[in-house]
Amino acid sequence: MATPGTTEAPPSAPPTRDRERPPRRGGTSLRHGRRDRISLALMLGVPAFLVVGLVWLPAAATVLLSFTRWDGIGGPETIEWVGTQNYTDAFTLYPPFGPALRNNVVWLVFLFAVPTVLGMFFAVLLDRELRGGPVYQSVFYLPVVLSLALTGFIWQLIYSSDQGLLNAFLALVSDAPAVDWFGDPDINLYAVLVAAGWKHTGYIMLLYLAGLKAVDPSLREAAAIDGAGSVRTFTSVVFPALVPINVVVVVVTVIDALRAFDLVWIINRGRNGLELISALVTSNVIGEASRVGFGSALAVIMLAFSLVFIAIYVSTVLRGAQR
Amino acid sequence: MHPRPPAPPGLRRRSLLRGLAGAGTLAALPALGGCSSSDPNTVTLTSNRANAAQRAAMQDIVGLFEAESGRTVEINTFDSTSFQESVNNYLQGTPDDVIAWFAGYRTRFFAERGLISDVSAVWEGLDGAFTDQVRDLCSAPDGKQYMVPDSTAPWAVFHRRSLFEENGYEAPATRAEFVELCERMRRDGLEPIASGVREGWPAMGMFDHLNLRLNGPGFHLELLDGQHSWDSPEVRAVFGAWAELLPHHQADPLGRGINEAQTALVRREAGMMLCGMFLTHVFPEGEDLDDLDCFPFPEFDAEIGADAVEAPIDGFMASGTLRNPEGAHALLAHFGTREAEEVYTAVDPQALPLRLDADTSGFSPLEAKVNDMVVNAGALTQYMDRDSRPDFASIVMIPALQRFLSRPDDIADLTASIQRQKLSIFGQ
Repeated sequence: MATPGTTEAPPSAPPTRDRERPPRRGGTSLRHGRRDRISLALMLGVPAFLVVGLVWLPAAATVLLSFTRWDGIGGPETIEWVGTQNYTDAFTLYPPFGPALRNNVVWLVFLFAVPTVLGMFFAVLLDRELRGGPVYQSVFYLPVVLSLALTGFIWQLIYSSDQGLLNAFLALVSDAPAVDWFGDPDINLYAVLVAAGWKHTGYIMLLYLAGLKAVDPSLREAAAIDGAGSVRTFTSVVFPALVPINVVVVVVTVIDALRAFDLVWIINRGRNGLELISALVTSNVIGEASRVGFGSALAVIMLAFSLVFIAIYVSTVLRGAQR
Repeated sequence: MHPRPPAPPGLRRRSLLRGLAGAGTLAALPALGGCSSSDPNTVTLTSNRANAAQRAAMQDIVGLFEAESGRTVEINTFDSTSFQESVNNYLQGTPDDVIAWFAGYRTRFFAERGLISDVSAVWEGLDGAFTDQVRDLCSAPDGKQYMVPDSTAPWAVFHRRSLFEENGYEAPATRAEFVELCERMRRDGLEPIASGVREGWPAMGMFDHLNLRLNGPGFHLELLDGQHSWDSPEVRAVFGAWAELLPHHQADPLGRGINEAQTALVRREAGMMLCGMFLTHVFPEGEDLDDLDCFPFPEFDAEIGADAVEAPIDGFMASGTLRNPEGAHALLAHFGTREAEEVYTAVDPQALPLRLDADTSGFSPLEAKVNDMVVNAGALTQYMDRDSRPDFASIVMIPALQRFLSRPDDIADLTASIQRQKLSIFGQ
């Protein structure tokens, strides 16, 4: 701020004043500078410290630990360096690893294919100010609010093979034998995905609903005047206007898919058809097993998996910022 | 190659957090820190016995100690499963003086790591109170004792006495009789063997018993200790015998929790269930609990017999750094007394006292029967996840047993896979 002032200082100003100024100006700029520097240091330093201390260092430690064999007991001297052994083991002789990778991908694809689309659809319907809209809205959003323990309990009541609601209903309408929803490794993932989708739909619906309310009504009017039907209006006019929301939804969905953990953990600790990398990491690292090295290797694989999506997201955002 | 420590120890927990997306379980860890106190009259005690009956029983025996010694005991009770998941970290932090835990491999492991302290001084006062076998299960390879045992909850095949009487069933003693009984129950419209292994660990019971009956307790314990190959005819024979019994189990066990299987026995839908004494918690006290009966898992090989009993032993250990050594040892000695064991086991329905001189006159017929099994046992085992490395038992064996239950036909491939993983974990 002071710089333009100096350059534009009137040439007519007496040299004495000019000579007087620099020290004062220097003084003020120094004072400002110190204060600026302190606030800058605080504003940058504290978050940087937190990010480095809570994110980067632990992430680096995880990567380092993934090349070791360690049971988490005793100091660093008990850590044994084993090279890439853990990674080789994970890929070659750890049976749950392959299914876990596959299930994580299925989870991601499913969340995009069903609950996200469904959530958008509900949002569009609710945006039309239906009668009882707020009621539907709360009904669809309710699963998001419910606690994890309650969610697990509710779906247990539905899916239990002997005493569950679903099998009781199926027995009423057909003679088919009871379905083992949680135990059959070919179907339990999809049964759990329905439960996960049940939670995710409401979340996505709310995000799109907020986005739709923000769309300028004149856009729709213009489209209507141009003779576009309601489907055409949505696909060609409204949806493109929702770009920021779409980015948020993509990010939220990817994060939800990668951190999927709670439901499978509650049901059977992520085993027997419900393997997910996050559950494998937990069962290896937490608990008595304490295979810190091996668990870290699994965590690093998951990190690499997430980095792909993070890279895509960051490059999209940066490109958006440049535009 | 890279001896430098990767991170200061304080970052460990956070580093895990970073790696885990949903590490909700971690939130429980700091809570286990316990509060410290160096008052010489206060002893701190961590208990993982969290059922209502178990809490009441703990209160009773601790109350006895407080009245006798004039000391105060602070009890911190944790849910058994979450305590088990965090015990490694807990013992490395600032643990309470006395900690309830399991005998056998579990105690030995902590003793070897120096996380718990020697209590052989307390054992001097317990000379002759327990069998040598129990004493061995409380000792580390250095010959010193690290646990004061108090009770056990043995495994057996449980059934309803009235159901057996109505149908004229008799407790089978051999493999042939057992299979015949199963077939008869199926003809009578019963599920012969209740089975629920959604949690994973309940599947270990059947493997243990078949291995004990087919290959004997010596081989069983060595196998779990990593001394034998899992890809061997002996182990394949165990899975083979299991495959033969599978049609008599409740179908689809992988989707059923152990509680649901127990309920099938309570409701007379299933005829029998291989389970621990903790089964008594689901039988309503009174008529139903009185109707509960059991027999030892039958003999599969006449040379080996059927006298090995799976009897997981619970007890108390002293933490590595005692704040109040005198008080802690006094409390441990109290837990080893006949009076304390009798009072505890009278309140907790699943527990039987381990002391040889414990009064058995108050036992129910079921307790008396199970107690006889334990007293006359040729060998006591602890359960797969207490007799082996926890990483092997939970990371390798649970998925392997679950795979067997859903695909019982490719045993050779399964045992080969277990062996490969065993080598990587036991590091041989």
